[in-house]
Amino acid sequence: MDLRLKALTKSIWVFHVSAGSCNNCDIEILDCFTPRFDIERFGIQLIGSVRHADALLVTGAMSRKAVPLLKKIYEQAAKPCLVVACGICAVSQNMFRDSYNVAGPLDSIIPVDVYIPGCPPKPEAIIAGIAKLTDKIKNKK
Amino acid sequence: MGKGGFSTKEKMMPLFDYLVFPGFLFTVSAGLLAGWIDRKVTARIQWRVGPPWYQNFVDIVKLLGKEVIVPKGSGGAFLLSPYLGLLSAVLIATILGKNLFFHSELFRADLIVLLYLLVIPAIAVILGASSSRNPLASVGASREIKLVLSYELPFILAIIAVAIRAKGSIQLAQILSSQASAGSNIFSWSGFLAFIVVLFCMQAKLGMNPFDIAEAEQEIMAGTMIEYSGLPLAVFKLTKASLLYTMPLLVIFLFLGKDTSPLFIILKFIAILVLIILIKNTNPRLRIDQALKFFWGPATLLAILSVALAAGGL
Repeated sequence: MDLRLKALTKSIWVFHVSAGSCNNCDIEILDCFTPRFDIERFGIQLIGSVRHADALLVTGAMSRKAVPLLKKIYEQAAKPCLVVACGICAVSQNMFRDSYNVAGPLDSIIPVDVYIPGCPPKPEAIIAGIAKLTDKIKNKK
Repeated sequence: MGKGGFSTKEKMMPLFDYLVFPGFLFTVSAGLLAGWIDRKVTARIQWRVGPPWYQNFVDIVKLLGKEVIVPKGSGGAFLLSPYLGLLSAVLIATILGKNLFFHSELFRADLIVLLYLLVIPAIAVILGASSSRNPLASVGASREIKLVLSYELPFILAIIAVAIRAKGSIQLAQILSSQASAGSNIFSWSGFLAFIVVLFCMQAKLGMNPFDIAEAEQEIMAGTMIEYSGLPLAVFKLTKASLLYTMPLLVIFLFLGKDTSPLFIILKFIAILVLIILIKNTNPRLRIDQALKFFWGPATLLAILSVALAAGGL
């Protein structure tokens, strides 16, 4: 296995993008960094600038105003950059499916690596999603 | 030396000193380990577990494998300035290490050279940030400039106090030997005041929390570092790591230089490191005008008082 990919699985820096979310997923994401869950144990950090990001954590129902910005942010990130759809809104839009002001689920806008369903997903579910993500990188080789 | 010129071994020795021990390799590994102590102690203060010891090494390896993005229209300074910072940070560590581990007297006035070299990593950050053409980076750069201007004055005054205590010598080896005979500087009034001043200046030089104004993650999105990715970012992280190793070492030189056996140096190093980490974790970020007022007001007064006490022989 490539050393760089191995290092990537051990140190994922996350940039959090909110594309019209109701703030519930965002609170649960912050819960992952509290003493009970403490995902810094696995080298995961929230960072301020997209240029440093290894993963985009996207929450929300993709409102039409947010989509162009989301695409721009994805282009600004240094590759390899993974995309995680967090919450049922980002995965499949849930009850906003037929709404006039959303643009479609996240994977119709940018390629998605891991889906974490839930409204909101528990911190345990987010950690399980990250484990799936590292498995996926390892199998990709 | 002299007429015959240098032999190959003598020619290679400075290169070895600079690149392996006590230069680049040693400095960077020690700095990354110190960075791990920082993260671990921070985690324990917040009642968390914290990352494993190799975390910072993994971060660097990962950054080396990432894409390097250069903003459109940025000058050559954008890619060159990280190396400028790292080269001078490693040079500082080499000068300190030669004095400490090999007890060699380098040259007269190496303390002055050290003071100049210590500013260069900050200048590299300013250069790189202002050439990246990002508005938030330029905000960060302007804050960094103001911060350098504010902390340099008390820092240099405090070092003058130390030099006076070493009978006017500005050579590191003599400062060490004067402390070996007369006791560590920190156990005198002037030395203790100067130590407090240097502690705060060190906090600002390392960009740690009451003074991490230039790289404020939450308000200006990593500020000066915002446009960096991949290799240049890794080089900046290495610069920061080697400064985290050299600054406490410099404090040991200036204030705690009585016993220089390896065990005591390591213990003192960790004690100073934990002290600055505690300050970092218990203080909120200041505004830049508050930092300027602090450094040019109370800190400078303390430093002047310490110079006066040192001149009086206390």
